[in-house]
Amino acid sequence: MINGISIVSVWVLDQDSAREFYTEKLGFELTNDIKLDNGMRWLTVRPPGNAGQEFLLMDPSHSMLDEQTAAAVRGLVAKGALSPGVIATSDCRGDYEALVKRGVEFSQPPAERPYGVEAILRDDSGNWFSFTQRAG
Amino acid sequence: MAPGRSAATDVTSLRMLRKARDRIDRDHREEIGIASLASDAGYSREHFIRAFRAAYGETPGRYRTRRRVERARDLLRSANLTVTEICYLVGFSSVGTFSSRFSELTGMSPTRYRAEAAARGGPAPIPGCFALMWETGLPATPATPAGQDRTCGEARDAGAGVPSGA
Repeated sequence: MINGISIVSVWVLDQDSAREFYTEKLGFELTNDIKLDNGMRWLTVRPPGNAGQEFLLMDPSHSMLDEQTAAAVRGLVAKGALSPGVIATSDCRGDYEALVKRGVEFSQPPAERPYGVEAILRDDSGNWFSFTQRAG
Repeated sequence: MAPGRSAATDVTSLRMLRKARDRIDRDHREEIGIASLASDAGYSREHFIRAFRAAYGETPGRYRTRRRVERARDLLRSANLTVTEICYLVGFSSVGTFSSRFSELTGMSPTRYRAEAAARGGPAPIPGCFALMWETGLPATPATPAGQDRTCGEARDAGAGVPSGA
């Protein structure tokens, strides 16, 4: 039976910077940081409070992508075109305040939506996430 | 001059442009000068406008206008405010400009838009950011060239597939 997503792939521009951003600014836990034989660095983090899900922070330049495709992906990440998904929070406004103090960028502050309270968060590479506290 | 010259791979420039674009998103109610966005990004005003258009398919002024109109639509659907209040709230300084920009981008006046939204019922249960990406997302090709450097987004290229309502 299919029961969810266990790893979400996130393209990042710099894995050292991404590791710092996700662990120190967003407060994720580091779950793996392994250099594979093929040159790929397997870097995963986990949101606190969700043992069943990891984010895989991948560098396009050291992945299965060819050089030209990797450059295109880097461009898309840098210009802010890509979104890996929605980050769930139990307190959108409170977390927003705390994260802004830590230097996390949001392109939209929390706002009431029919489905809950939502802000738009940018990671250090340029990926955007809806940052949403579900209603009810 | 060469717009689009390997813009897709120049990560540092794209990053600066994205930060400027995020500032428009964040502060679109404020009167942000395009010149100040440009200098913060390390560009001359003209170069900034060209580079922004190469990356996002429209000038920063026009992008700001579209974001303001999008926010106005959101408020017209959901908020108990007058059209005039919404006009100033989203950053326009005159109701006339607001109405004409809104009509250009939406295909109907703010008042009619509100009436039709009410007739359709409540908003769709789609996260606003996704609806927004649909509406203000990234055009595959740059919009029409030439002379588009007004800060308030002169909408001569409004025909470029602007969807009405989401």
